[in-house]
Amino acid sequence: MAREKTLLRLVACGSVDDGKSTLIGRLLHDLGTIPDDQLEALARDSKNVGTRGGELDYALLVDGLMAEREQGITIDVAYRYFATDTCKFIVADAPGHAQYTRNMVTAASNADVAILLIDARKGMLTQTRRHGFVLSLMGVKQVVLAITKMDLIGYERAAYDKIVADFVAIAGGLDLPRLAAIPVSGVSGDNIASRSAATSWYDGPTLIELLEGAEPRDAFRRDQPLRMAVQSVARPNQDFRGFAGRLSAGSVKPGDTVRVLPSGRTANVARIVTADGELKRAVAGQSVTLTLDAEIDCSRGDVIAAADAPCEIADQFQATIIWMSDTPLYPGRRYALKIGAATANATITDIRHGIDIETFEPTPARQIESNGIAVCNVSLDRAIPFDAFEQNRETGGFILIDPETNETAGAGLIHFALRRSQNVHWQALEIDRDAHAAIKGQRPAILWFTGLSGAGKSTIANMVEKKLHAMGRHTVMLDGDNLRHGLNRDLGFTQADRVENIRRVAEVAKLMADAGLIVLVSFISPFRAEREMARKLAHEGEFFEIFIDAPLAVAEARDVKGLYKKARAGELKNFTGIDSPYEPPEKPEIRIDAAAMSPADAAEKIVAVISAAPR
Amino acid sequence: MASEARLTHLQTLEAESIHILREAAAETQRPVMLYSMGKDSNVLLHLAKKAFFPGALPFPLLHVDTTWKFRDMYAMRDKVAAAHEMIVYRNPDAVAKGVNPFDHGSEAHTNAWKTEGLRRALSENGFDAAIGGARRDEEKSRAKERIFSLRSEHQRWDPKTQRPELWSLYNTRKRAGESFRVFPLSNWTELDVWHYIEAEKIEVVPLYFSAERKVVARSGTWLMADDERMRLEKGEKIETRRVRFRTLGCYPLSGAVESEAANVSDIIREIESSRASERQGRLIDADTPSSMEKKKQEGYF
Repeated sequence: MAREKTLLRLVACGSVDDGKSTLIGRLLHDLGTIPDDQLEALARDSKNVGTRGGELDYALLVDGLMAEREQGITIDVAYRYFATDTCKFIVADAPGHAQYTRNMVTAASNADVAILLIDARKGMLTQTRRHGFVLSLMGVKQVVLAITKMDLIGYERAAYDKIVADFVAIAGGLDLPRLAAIPVSGVSGDNIASRSAATSWYDGPTLIELLEGAEPRDAFRRDQPLRMAVQSVARPNQDFRGFAGRLSAGSVKPGDTVRVLPSGRTANVARIVTADGELKRAVAGQSVTLTLDAEIDCSRGDVIAAADAPCEIADQFQATIIWMSDTPLYPGRRYALKIGAATANATITDIRHGIDIETFEPTPARQIESNGIAVCNVSLDRAIPFDAFEQNRETGGFILIDPETNETAGAGLIHFALRRSQNVHWQALEIDRDAHAAIKGQRPAILWFTGLSGAGKSTIANMVEKKLHAMGRHTVMLDGDNLRHGLNRDLGFTQADRVENIRRVAEVAKLMADAGLIVLVSFISPFRAEREMARKLAHEGEFFEIFIDAPLAVAEARDVKGLYKKARAGELKNFTGIDSPYEPPEKPEIRIDAAAMSPADAAEKIVAVISAAPR
Repeated sequence: MASEARLTHLQTLEAESIHILREAAAETQRPVMLYSMGKDSNVLLHLAKKAFFPGALPFPLLHVDTTWKFRDMYAMRDKVAAAHEMIVYRNPDAVAKGVNPFDHGSEAHTNAWKTEGLRRALSENGFDAAIGGARRDEEKSRAKERIFSLRSEHQRWDPKTQRPELWSLYNTRKRAGESFRVFPLSNWTELDVWHYIEAEKIEVVPLYFSAERKVVARSGTWLMADDERMRLEKGEKIETRRVRFRTLGCYPLSGAVESEAANVSDIIREIESSRASERQGRLIDADTPSSMEKKKQEGYF
């Protein structure tokens, strides 16, 4: 046998006495995995407690526990193993009893593929509908419909065709996209490992071939965005901090940007550490330890996700709940909810409706009894990262634990978050400047107007702001005079105070640009060095030095505030242009010739330039 | 075990076992890993080293000794104990009474040293999770065993109170006094174990490989006279045969099979062509009908 096999998880489901145990026993027998001593025990048991009049009773191979041997039923999920040349199968053997829906749900939870058995003599039963529904609910997309006991109806094709058609009719209401059907007999082995001459009208693959053709879940999920629930933080020494977990979806490479949820912080993957050496890539299904290039908070229960396609985050969501406890579920009771490696306290706030698993119709419900299924609203004490179950059962499936008895009381499948605003919770926890800008739909900028007093800076800046506002932009104006009334009122007009004045203005402008705003600064700011300092604080490409260039004579002639007069009279010391120098910009982004251009034209020009500025 | 293509079954099993080991370490307060020197134990230890790489194991190893293991097994144990923290526990009652398989019989011997010994070792050390290498394919009653198997205060297993295990979610809540047995190799078969030993070059006790050994025929199998304490019954005589062991335990209770399989790939070939079940060599299973299920309920691993 080949050593390189694919591992496939198979769930077998059927009704009472439809020959499921016999079929599984047969699979084990035909694939040579039943050892001789167990075969001897089988022969002995077949004579003593068998139901086949002393013939080999394959069912006895799989009905393990004493209690169920006595009762002649399967009371729990059992796991069996067989292998072909290309595949290793793990079979979850789910019982067919109506009261054991919980076992079937459990058995189906990890299945890649299902065998759904129908007794050819009985055709579709109520339980067949239940099984089909549970498979659809649990997201088992690959289903082989095995019509069993064909030997007992003389391998009659018409009966087979009718059962298949009956099932296909109900399957229309279910999500079973990859459905195949096959006539078999567990007792005589028809079409199980080899094609049977008795069903010459069936020209499809054998049961084994159908099963081998299934795809493992991990392969499906590999193309999805990265998901890894962090199981633990490995800190063997001061120099190593790694996050251990198994990828449930997607793939990851060193250098990939990942987002840690629910904090929302991002970092790049530095290394993928395993005992077998560092990996260039890890894929869904692998257990690894990731190290990141930044020291960010990340602990057990967090999810490391693709930065550009993270999980949703919510503390309230709608989910389908399958109840497993003998104590019914009542709204308002508290349970521990476990999802991935995270645990939260949960309350069912509302049972929307029950689901009749025979008709698939909604039913009114005030509580959920054991083996009942209902759509509920769930509220948590904290927000958790998740995906819709439909997309990823590892990040969308949870269990509910009764805090008093510690039993696993129910299982749940998340559909969607109830508070949509919570979906951006991860942004709320670390909103960076990009997020601020994005929510305003604009690019931040600092428009730094410089020029002599009276050159027209404030007039033009006001007009620019009005234009931007009309365009739906979010702006703020920092005016030299206004700031001196508040933030900078402790400053005078000495050289040192002027520098400090500009430093404060530059810092405020930076903060406001970080908040996503377009900041208009209207300051004489006579010194090149201070304007350069302001430019350096700003982000690349966001600082626009706008030189309102008016000759001193023009500015002095306007003298709107009467300041030049006072300065000339010696009443104002250190007045720019009079007894304090103005260093004109050498390479302003925009230069406005205030003598030649009207303020309106100037404003229009400025808006045009900054709108066209490259990103 | 890393590859770009679709994961192989061994890669998938390895990743699942590592996930389980990490869950056990993260969610229990005082876990311990049982170490019996058998091939499954060595595979489990290998997986644990991988799970916590580059760190050390976050739990000690525990060997519940019976004083009747093969000498080769003790050599392996001492080698492993030199590299990892290991507790060797011998039930003081069994020591005091000098319990042995010859005077007390296999059932009483196993019960005193292993079942009772394990129970006492776990409770005296306050371990709340014992990680072991049992597999579901070993025996019929184990097919329904959980990966996180809850044990009562008295360390009994109740098939009716076992919790459903969905997806990769394990309910690890328990009351004071209750504990878990954790089985990371649940989904492995004997063949998987040998394929993995071959692929990962894991060292195992040489008794698994065929060699000329001093044996005596008893109860349809070969028992090895591993030291001078071996007692022969009337008419028995020691002969030399090429034998190997499929499972290892106390040497007076472990049956050998005649075999030419001298290395891992021989063994794999032999298992693939042979149909004799692995546990057949264990005399304890044949004591009474459903004896393993009874032993499990009593607390045997």
